[in-house]
Amino acid sequence: MRIGSPKDFWAGVMFAGFGAFFVAWSLTHYAMESAVRMGPGYFPVVLGGLLLLLGALVIFRSLAADGPRVARFHFRPLVLVCLAVLAYGYLMQPGGLAVATAAAVFIGALAGHEFRWKEVSVVALVLVVFSYLVFVKGLTLPFPVCPSFIDNCPIR
Amino acid sequence: MEFLDNLILGAQVAFTWQNVFYCFVGVLLGTLIGVLPGIGPVPTIAMLLPITFNLDPVAALIMLSGIYYGTQYGGSTTAILVNLPGEAASVVTVLDGHQMARQGRAGPALAIAAIGSFVAGCVATLVIATAAPPLAEFALKFGPWEYFSLMVLGLVAATVLAHGSLLKAIAMVVLGLLLGLIGTDVNSGVLRYTFDIPELADGIGFVLVAMGMFGVTEIVTNLEQGAKREVFLGKVKHLFPSMEDLKRSWAPILRGTALGSVLGILPGGGALLSSFAAYTVEKKWSKHPEQFGKGAIEGVAGPESANNAGAQTSFIPMLTLGIPGNPVMALMIGALMIQGIAPGPQVMTDKPELFWGLIASMWLGNAMLVILNLPLIGIWIKLLTVPYRYLFPSILVFMSVGVFAYSNNPWDCLIMAVFGVFGYLCVKLECEPAPLILGFILGPLMEEHLRRAMLLSRGDATVFFNPVEKPISFSFLVAALLLIAVIALPNIRKKREQVFVEET
Repeated sequence: MRIGSPKDFWAGVMFAGFGAFFVAWSLTHYAMESAVRMGPGYFPVVLGGLLLLLGALVIFRSLAADGPRVARFHFRPLVLVCLAVLAYGYLMQPGGLAVATAAAVFIGALAGHEFRWKEVSVVALVLVVFSYLVFVKGLTLPFPVCPSFIDNCPIR
Repeated sequence: MEFLDNLILGAQVAFTWQNVFYCFVGVLLGTLIGVLPGIGPVPTIAMLLPITFNLDPVAALIMLSGIYYGTQYGGSTTAILVNLPGEAASVVTVLDGHQMARQGRAGPALAIAAIGSFVAGCVATLVIATAAPPLAEFALKFGPWEYFSLMVLGLVAATVLAHGSLLKAIAMVVLGLLLGLIGTDVNSGVLRYTFDIPELADGIGFVLVAMGMFGVTEIVTNLEQGAKREVFLGKVKHLFPSMEDLKRSWAPILRGTALGSVLGILPGGGALLSSFAAYTVEKKWSKHPEQFGKGAIEGVAGPESANNAGAQTSFIPMLTLGIPGNPVMALMIGALMIQGIAPGPQVMTDKPELFWGLIASMWLGNAMLVILNLPLIGIWIKLLTVPYRYLFPSILVFMSVGVFAYSNNPWDCLIMAVFGVFGYLCVKLECEPAPLILGFILGPLMEEHLRRAMLLSRGDATVFFNPVEKPISFSFLVAALLLIAVIALPNIRKKREQVFVEET
């Protein structure tokens, strides 16, 4: 089978998939009830059905139309950028502000085209100091500054 | 003289030293972010939202809106000097603005952009002050039918004005509506689509979706393109435009202002659409269209005025109806709700100091922006020479701070990352994120109004379309249907696609 417009085809598949999921899950888990007293399942089923229909339409039209191919996925920057954000969140409690910030900067910088240790270290240092002064001192956000294994943090 | 009294009240609120300070911080941050390519107003406002939790509502809103129209000014600086839009609404400014810079006329281009934006800002502020109160009064009569139909119209308009395939844009809206339903159902208390994850019981934070799909995705797409920039490093001389420049610009500035003021009010409108439309209009009206794209000052004056006017009048539906026309306004609504203010037409009567203070601060902010952007242009040029490899880790850290401060829970970072990946997938499949975000915000509201309406009319859905019983609801739905029908006509569809393709 020839797919004229792969971008639209896969977009349609995505919509139809989401629609089917929302409908199926709602029908099996939540009460529909009636149009007068709509249960928790009513609106999701209607919307999910609509999405399924729209997805099918997009797929149908993609077969006939001509369109561009799906551009290549660049997994390296995507994964590293996401990892940087996750590192920040999950290292904050055990590691404190400095560790979390530095980790995010180093992991994030790896996603770029060039990685220079010296430069990245300077950026990390500047951001740690800036975050401490502006967010912790200035805006009094309740971030832990020191790693959690240090009982009496000298910097408050 | 109620109008004057209101303006005086607004001035009294806006001109306290504290609010002047937050207005200044807002426009300064906005300019900064607008100048830096690769990060738009949505992630900026989203990541600064937690900072405003401790402020009083007026100050918070003044600062956040300062950021928004500040980005419109800053974005044009980058467009003119770097051949890259600082943010989406200045895409068309690149065409003629950068050509002017190459011909050594960067100064007049920047000056005209700033003057045009200032004129537009002042006019749009007056438009808000005159149009909003009657609109809010009108909206006070709305019942659940009217609200539901209005949201339908809003979402339809948002998809029509989004670029790319109409069908996909509608599908994105519906997907957004569905994602917005995740969490506890207010009517029955049932947990929907939470999969026994306690963090999902309150639903997915809108800020996280916005930051994921606009912030994370933007950084990744920038990185994969390999940021190559052509920076104009010469000194900007002759800031002042010649008489000839002014003569050619005043009409485009006024036309752009008018166009932007109207388009900004429409859902899905705002700055981006206004600037595109203004460029097309100027090109059509010009006596020498062949100069466009080669440094015609009209091509800077029109769109720059329009995007600023549009950015400001897009506050009207947000302030009077409590309905966001674009993702930035959705964030403003989020900010209001965090401050404990229910958005809607009653805001203007219950909190006149908030409404009029915000309006007065807009005028003040526009005046500050002219000062920030013209004499201090050297600083912004310096900023442009900072390589992206320093910038994006910093942006990442600031985004993480914003997300983490939201509730001190690493789970939020995970959700942002998930929506970052999803946003990247959407970019690759050419699905616009903005309609999804609007749907996401309106999902729970629409369900609520639909339920109430159906309960009151005993399950009879035809009431929505009944021109005798519900004339307002009827006209909203007819307008929505007309919009879809008009767009579906082959001729207009081609035109619409052209408008968006031609300039990008």
